[in-house]
Amino acid sequence: MRNITAHAASAAAHPAGADVAVEVRGVCKMYSEVEALRSIDLDFPAGKLTTLLGPSGCGKTTLLKIIAGLIPATSGEIRVNGKTVTGPGPERAFVFQDFALMPWATVMRNVAFGLELKGMGKDERQSIAARYINEVGLAGFENKYPHELSGGMRQRVGLARAFAVNADVLLLDEPFSAVDEQNRRKFQEDLLRLVALEKKTFIFVTHSIEEAVYCSDRIVILSRRPGRIAQIIEPEIDRSASPDAIRRDQGYLDTVEEIWQGLKRYVD
Amino acid sequence: MAVPAHVNGPSRTVPGTEASSFWRKLSEHRSALWRIASIGLFFLIWEIAGRIPISFAFPTFLETLRAFVTMTLDGSFVAAYAETLQPLVIGIAISTVIGIALGIVMGLSRFAEWLAAPVFIVLQAAPMAALIPLITFVYGIGLLAKTLAVIMLALPVIVLNGYKAVRNANPSLVAMCYSFQGNLWQRITKIIIPDASPVIFAGLRLGLAAGFIGVILAELLITPTGIGDLITYHRSVANYAEMYAAVVSIILVSTLTLAALEAFELRVLRPEKRRS
Repeated sequence: MRNITAHAASAAAHPAGADVAVEVRGVCKMYSEVEALRSIDLDFPAGKLTTLLGPSGCGKTTLLKIIAGLIPATSGEIRVNGKTVTGPGPERAFVFQDFALMPWATVMRNVAFGLELKGMGKDERQSIAARYINEVGLAGFENKYPHELSGGMRQRVGLARAFAVNADVLLLDEPFSAVDEQNRRKFQEDLLRLVALEKKTFIFVTHSIEEAVYCSDRIVILSRRPGRIAQIIEPEIDRSASPDAIRRDQGYLDTVEEIWQGLKRYVD
Repeated sequence: MAVPAHVNGPSRTVPGTEASSFWRKLSEHRSALWRIASIGLFFLIWEIAGRIPISFAFPTFLETLRAFVTMTLDGSFVAAYAETLQPLVIGIAISTVIGIALGIVMGLSRFAEWLAAPVFIVLQAAPMAALIPLITFVYGIGLLAKTLAVIMLALPVIVLNGYKAVRNANPSLVAMCYSFQGNLWQRITKIIIPDASPVIFAGLRLGLAAGFIGVILAELLITPTGIGDLITYHRSVANYAEMYAAVVSIILVSTLTLAALEAFELRVLRPEKRRS
């Protein structure tokens, strides 16, 4: 585990050498009179899974949606692969907390929807979608409708849809919060496999400390409103071990404990 | 919807005797059977009430049924509906096209909402029967006046439902479409309209039912033609069985039209509902 305190050196937030996929520069967000985010400076290394973790109301989802271009920042800017973000773009794909699946469309159409919007032909987009449906473990469910699937399966559809558009950066907004505990564990393991397979940059919002430590290469902890960077931690867990071994690993448990000690003061 | 084709449904029943297969078939159509039983019970009560009799002007179910069959066979229903359906079909077609288009525009634009919503809210609240003499005064007693009566009753509910449905389209789906770089036209046609379609169709069903009220009101209040004429005529000569048969026929036509609309909606717009 490596603990990088943001206050000590802002350089720490900008890792030297490593490729940077997403740069956040001086982002502030005001909701009328409420200050949600205060001057966030942050780099997200390419090909890594970075988690935004914090107490509820710390603005982590707001920051993710600003990166996605779904809501504008009050000041500051976001650069993805060096280009300034003004709205949603093809290099980013979003996975929604409530899945955001079209109830009137089959799994196949939902997964291919990003490609459908780009105007891709039916055969081409369905063959791409079929590959990702298979990859997230939903083969055989292509013609089911969302209400016929469990919560975990629905979010796999949301993930496959984000993969299908072949974006460089995947933004996941508390993707497992509406999934039950057992499915969540299985899903986390599958996600790690997909992260290794797809070699994309993942930005992941969660309020679960265990989930953050288990999945992340890097954890950014935000303080309570107004959201600021409180701490940056790199768990440095050996991912070649089995999922069950990781969950019993002393380094894993220590990291969870340390983050909890840091966050405890924000909980009422 | 009345014909469920469950493949896995009866798998729990023990296969074997003839009797069990009979009961299995019966249970497959259980909801349809209950519906038939409910209607049958209603007819039975009607027959009993007619035989008491509660009023000499109240025919029994069987008398009404006989009158219904006679009027169907002698062509008087065909002639009456050829006339009644004209203003109804024209009026509903106009209300559907204008109503849905206007509802969608009002749902998308605050300006259009501000401009048009109060008019339709007032129209929906107004007792339309009171306005029909006014229509006659301005537009006479022809097809135009009757069509207008249908539109005045059907349009407000179609517009208001469409507008509320579009305004309340699932924001998460709209954000999803935006995040995958869908343009405004894609957002409207691929997300907002399908998402709003159940409520838009509920408005169409209500509009159609209101249209039936409108056309009958017009035929009773403006000039007796079509089915309104049949009702008025048979009442005036005290053929109560025929009068009730005419009333039943309009209820039947209205119910069947609404059911057809519902079936169309399930088939075309919301395929996922057929499986549940």
